Amino acid sequence: MTDLTRFTIAQARDHLRKKDFTALELTDAHITAMEKYRHLNAFITETADLARERAKASDFRIKNSDAKPLEGIPLGIKDLFCTQGVQTTAGSHILKGFTPNYESTVSQKLRDAGSVMLGKLNLDEFAMGSSNMTSHFGNVVNPWKARGHSDDLAPGGSSGGSAAAVSAHLAMGATGTDTGGSIRQPAAFCGIVGVKPTYGRCSRWGVVAFASSLDQAGPMTRTVRDAAIMLNVMTGYDPKDSTSAAMAMPDVEAVLGKGVKGMKIGLPKQYRPDGLDAEVGTLWDKGAQWLKEAGAEVIEIDLPHTKYALPTYYIVAPAEASSNLARYDGVRYGLRVAGNSLDEMYAKTRAAGFGPEVKRRILIGTYVLSAGYYDAYYLKAQKVRALIAQDFVQAFAKVDAILTPTAPTAAFGLNDKVVDPVAMYLNDVFTVPASLAGIPGSSIPAGLTAHGLPLGLQVLTKRWDEETLFRVCQVLEDSAKFPGLIGES
Amino acid sequence: MAYIIKGETGDWEVVIGLEVHAQVISASKLFSGASTTFGSDPNSNVAFVDAAMPGMLPVINAVAVEQAVRTGLGLKAKINHRSVFARKNYFYADLPQGYQISQFDQPIVGEGILVLDMPDGSSRAVGIERLHLEQDAGKSIHDIHPTKSFIDLNRAGVTLMEIVSKPDMRSPDEAGAYLKKLRSIMRYLGTCDGNMEEGSMRCDANVSVRPVGSTELRTRCEIKNVNSMRFVMQAIEFEAKRHVDVYENGGKIDQETRQYDSAKGETRTMRSKEFAHDYRYFPDPDLLPLVFDDAYVASIKATLPELPDDKKERFISQYCLTPYDAGVLVGEKENADFYEKVAAQSGDWKLANSWVSNNLFAVLNARNLSIAESPISADNLSKLITLIKNDTISNRLAKDVFEIMLETGKAPDVIVEERGMKQITDTGALDKAIDDILAANADKVAQVSAGKEALIGWFVGQVMKATQGKANPALCQELLKKKLAQ
Repeated sequence: MTDLTRFTIAQARDHLRKKDFTALELTDAHITAMEKYRHLNAFITETADLARERAKASDFRIKNSDAKPLEGIPLGIKDLFCTQGVQTTAGSHILKGFTPNYESTVSQKLRDAGSVMLGKLNLDEFAMGSSNMTSHFGNVVNPWKARGHSDDLAPGGSSGGSAAAVSAHLAMGATGTDTGGSIRQPAAFCGIVGVKPTYGRCSRWGVVAFASSLDQAGPMTRTVRDAAIMLNVMTGYDPKDSTSAAMAMPDVEAVLGKGVKGMKIGLPKQYRPDGLDAEVGTLWDKGAQWLKEAGAEVIEIDLPHTKYALPTYYIVAPAEASSNLARYDGVRYGLRVAGNSLDEMYAKTRAAGFGPEVKRRILIGTYVLSAGYYDAYYLKAQKVRALIAQDFVQAFAKVDAILTPTAPTAAFGLNDKVVDPVAMYLNDVFTVPASLAGIPGSSIPAGLTAHGLPLGLQVLTKRWDEETLFRVCQVLEDSAKFPGLIGES
Repeated sequence: MAYIIKGETGDWEVVIGLEVHAQVISASKLFSGASTTFGSDPNSNVAFVDAAMPGMLPVINAVAVEQAVRTGLGLKAKINHRSVFARKNYFYADLPQGYQISQFDQPIVGEGILVLDMPDGSSRAVGIERLHLEQDAGKSIHDIHPTKSFIDLNRAGVTLMEIVSKPDMRSPDEAGAYLKKLRSIMRYLGTCDGNMEEGSMRCDANVSVRPVGSTELRTRCEIKNVNSMRFVMQAIEFEAKRHVDVYENGGKIDQETRQYDSAKGETRTMRSKEFAHDYRYFPDPDLLPLVFDDAYVASIKATLPELPDDKKERFISQYCLTPYDAGVLVGEKENADFYEKVAAQSGDWKLANSWVSNNLFAVLNARNLSIAESPISADNLSKLITLIKNDTISNRLAKDVFEIMLETGKAPDVIVEERGMKQITDTGALDKAIDDILAANADKVAQVSAGKEALIGWFVGQVMKATQGKANPALCQELLKKKLAQ
């Protein structure tokens, strides 16, 4: 029998309906893979029994011709989404023992669509990181290795577990969340597709908050079509999230194949700084060439405030995080370390519960909101954020989509000690501007480095224009013919 | 009368601004669907978002917004069509989010006016600085366990309106009148029940003093969370004197937060400026700015009831009441409604005012009853006035009937009938009584004949006595005069 984990979501969907195999068989194949690849540390919590139960329920519905859009499809859920009755950690020690009594809107939608949750995926603590090395549960290992090397590589972050699991065929797809690049950068590092929709498309209800004005859920899959199938299910207005958009999501699977003929694609000159990795630059040129060949016009564009994006992001996101994370105080749930006073209990709990990166961001955030600093930092950052958003509005008056590299490099080694946090922050230099502007963005695996490591190309479109995003993505996917991870079967 | 503090160095006046936290009447909380019922079991009215469970998000309650706009309109204030919720960050065990969602630099309601009704019948306008919406915190209970505190989150997330006055008040009495009037307006509007004992209305007082004649604003102290009007007035009085003492002894007042100890009748330091929180306000990214249009405000305006000031004006012109009497009647809408019913049914606004304000309110106040709990209904009080007006009973008997009505709740006509308290207006029946008295007091009759007219009063008294007060005094006098003249 063929290895069922080789299929895409779209293929498996057809096979299940034709009853070529059962949802239980499909789920079991993934549980076997999940167990076999535990050394990747992609999952924090495996829910194999629950998965089998849900797979059986899927088979029942398939039998009754009542199959839903994702019926029987085994998925991984980033452990930032609250899942009813299943421990939710956010990758942090401070949520020790926390099992929610509620299901996040996005994971509920995926459940309602018939999908099967395999488990909760590892991530950087509170989604703060670009390497998955800040997780309390240890780093995830990128399933890719540099050619001829055995060194473990970072999967990227913060959705590193999601990217690794999908790349290694442990799950057919996974949810990610993206605050400054947390879907796109790990997708690029692990050679998969990652889509961050427009801010407001996916409900944030039930997703542990990092930076509320930036956080956005999205799918991580091995193909563009699979991402479209998942995104169609994940999105939609949610009255429980005041920032969720009250507008209909277009069917993005339906636009696949429409091509890019006649489209204008922008290449922002600010994304080609001196010293840009040559392989990254070459792949970017290649991507532009593919789109040209497919009938698009490619022009250079100007996003003048790009260089301010990273510093702006590292004021806005920590500011919101410092407030969002105040609730982890040891009073109602999660870790509590006893103290002789309320303040001492707070201090001990938070000292023991948060890792160094989270603490660093809480400190930065608290500082930039403090009396006397607010105007100079937070308020100014908000103004710059508006200018960055305006850059994109002006750019999209001229072009339909923007093409850039996703990350400045391929996956780095887990042992390449990153001592300087700012060096780590630079991983997000190409993804952060779109986050600040709230526009949709995706990473498409488009090629390999000389060492055989995946590189991604990022596509950006204007707000609410996921249709164009998917059309461009699919042309890139078709042209790149990215091999995917050749795992042993 | 200006409130002056006589100091060693001269006269001082007090400058007062009040911040009132008013709990909004609404079935559910500001950002959750949890109930707001007072007195429920601890932690029984708590939604996931009230307990700040991970990933939970606030959603604005439309009723709370409407109530804030309503209150703003009642205060003749500027309604801001765009306002912003901000987070006020601080740690406390009964503040689950680690921040309070409030409004900071862009409140829902801007400047307005509140008119004080002073005891001498005069009026005085006090400026309203702003009104904003915010969440209440939960409650910490420290006296159940020796080392632990218990937390009740029923109140966490309940809607409060913080209503800030300008520093326009100049005496404890004015502060009292302000609270009374604000409470009255909110009760008319149905936006806050104004119950200070249950904590649905709480007051912080900002107090400073200055030499009479000066217009400077000196350093103020904020007295936090005073829970009765009387204590607010006492606290201000104490605090103002303390400031004067400090200044006159060459000292300086530090800006600080103080609390009032009602048992000792004094204020003391709670938190000095060095320990003031840095609340790190910033716009709440979980909530969009609150935006509405003119039509929305107009639709609320259309449903406003007649408010105390307008009602008072109307009572003065329609019922010829004094400003003081009108002010007493309109304080509570139910009282005003009661009065108007009695005035209309009895057809006598003057007697109605006297019986409602002087007699009935005195009893209700003494018994600590509201008008809704009155043993005497408006219908029955109207009937009593009618009985007086058509001479069925005298004013003297009416007082007795009133007492019986209080005790039994019965209608006055029933009481008069059952107890035979009807006034004797029949000449035949009185003739006999008068004749008997004249016969028994021949000496006094002679004195009258000799010119001692004043004795007629004595005879009237005798007749009243003989008829157990039921004789119509005017008729009695008339008959006596006639008979004595014979």
